[in-house]
Amino acid sequence: MLEIRGLEAGYGDVRALSGVTLSIAAGEIVALLGPNGAGKSTLLNCVAGLVTPWTGSIHWDGEDLLALDAHLVVERGVALVPEGRRLFGGMSVQDNLELGAFAPRTWAARRAGLERVYALFPVLAERRRATVQALSGGQQQMVAVGRALMASPRLLMLDEPSLGLAPRLVAAILEVLVAINRAGVAVFLVEQNVPAALSLAHRGYVLEGGRIVGEGTGAALMADAHVRRAYLGPLAVRRP
Amino acid sequence: MTVLAQQLLLGLLIGGLYGLAAAGLSLVFGVMRVLNVAHGELIMLGGYGAFWLATLLGVDPFASLALVIPGALLLGAALYWSLFGFVVRAPEETRVKNSLLIGFGLALALHALAVRLWTADERSIPTSYAGAVLTLGDVSIPLVRLATLAVALVLIGALQLLLSRWRWGKAIRATAEDWQAALLTGIDVRRAYLLAFALGTALAGAAGALVTVAYSVSPSIGLEWTLKALIVVVLAGLGSMFGTFVGGLVLGVAEAASAATFGGPYREIVGLVIFVIVLVVRPRGLFGR
Repeated sequence: MLEIRGLEAGYGDVRALSGVTLSIAAGEIVALLGPNGAGKSTLLNCVAGLVTPWTGSIHWDGEDLLALDAHLVVERGVALVPEGRRLFGGMSVQDNLELGAFAPRTWAARRAGLERVYALFPVLAERRRATVQALSGGQQQMVAVGRALMASPRLLMLDEPSLGLAPRLVAAILEVLVAINRAGVAVFLVEQNVPAALSLAHRGYVLEGGRIVGEGTGAALMADAHVRRAYLGPLAVRRP
Repeated sequence: MTVLAQQLLLGLLIGGLYGLAAAGLSLVFGVMRVLNVAHGELIMLGGYGAFWLATLLGVDPFASLALVIPGALLLGAALYWSLFGFVVRAPEETRVKNSLLIGFGLALALHALAVRLWTADERSIPTSYAGAVLTLGDVSIPLVRLATLAVALVLIGALQLLLSRWRWGKAIRATAEDWQAALLTGIDVRRAYLLAFALGTALAGAAGALVTVAYSVSPSIGLEWTLKALIVVVLAGLGSMFGTFVGGLVLGVAEAASAATFGGPYREIVGLVIFVIVLVVRPRGLFGR
């Protein structure tokens, strides 16, 4: 469904991605692992249309996404929950969510979309009139996920959704992702919490220094010696 | 005492127009991060628009708003397409530099055009009700100026309503807060820029028409009005249109107070003093986020 081939991208002279090739099939949960500065956010931003890659291709259902303006990528059903949430802080919860359905295709059905998001995150229904700035970090993350869902995506990309959240909230957010996935939405997840990410992902990729250095099923990556050493800490390395 | 009250009242009345002038500048700056230094010239054009409608076609200056505002909307859209639309694609630093160059160039061109079309003379629109006055105790309120304040308030209210209720109004606010996040939600931010610039120009046109009926217009008023608007934007901060309007009233009253206390020439200085004090003490402005 999503096909990325030979993607190279960077900022000015600084290269962030060198020859990234990966694919995501319909209904999959795919995790993207890697240290800070590996190029994970750059990769997601390329797909979302915020960063224009130097070379390579990104196809979505056979359509060339790089030929589209960023606002049309969402309309095609590819939504990103960006790093740091990037909500419209001065606006209400409901306004933020409604804007998620801005594309003409989804705008007409925004009431139904709101109901779905409020069913997923009941606390947001209670605080629908509140300004986003007044919410806690966890609630803001719910708004960020909800805003992306309002676009009725078939691929939901999330850039570190658990950053700065208490463990209980992280678990709640990840649970919601599984529920969203069960409804048929593919999930592309960048996540610092590697064990949690791999436990729910069907497959995963490891990105280091802008290159894909490993891929496999969630279970295979969990057992991989390099992944265990680099991302799960010394205690996780099996002793001989 | 009465003289002072009278002067403060007149300051308040012109302050409404400062607020309206500043609202357009604030909208464009808040959304596009582009300072349109030709904003005063757009006000001047609006003034001449109303002047022409009044002298050539006999349209009442307040009724002429119904033509000046749509005309200014179209002019704003045309200016965005032909000039400012290229600037917003550039990175931050080039954007600021290029927008200033384009703005100054446009200001000069519009000034020259106005001299050519209407000569350098000061013009105003004579009306049958120009001298009407409402007397409250010892203070007399010129009705035309009172009406311009009321119209300005109504226009600000309409803008606020548009920005909070209309689908594209929300898109404009979202773009002002974070244009990349706006893109991610599917907003065509270039169209949001276009709409913001057109609305800003429409507000400028309306302010110009009101200035011309209550005061006067000449080709050289542009710079003065750009400065007033800029002072009010800095004073009020970005994000609230009613805040900007109140900022305009504050500047109008402050000018009148300083003119009354220190003498006429100090009228123009108080705004600049406010400008500096606000930047030092409260850079985000009185009502800014």
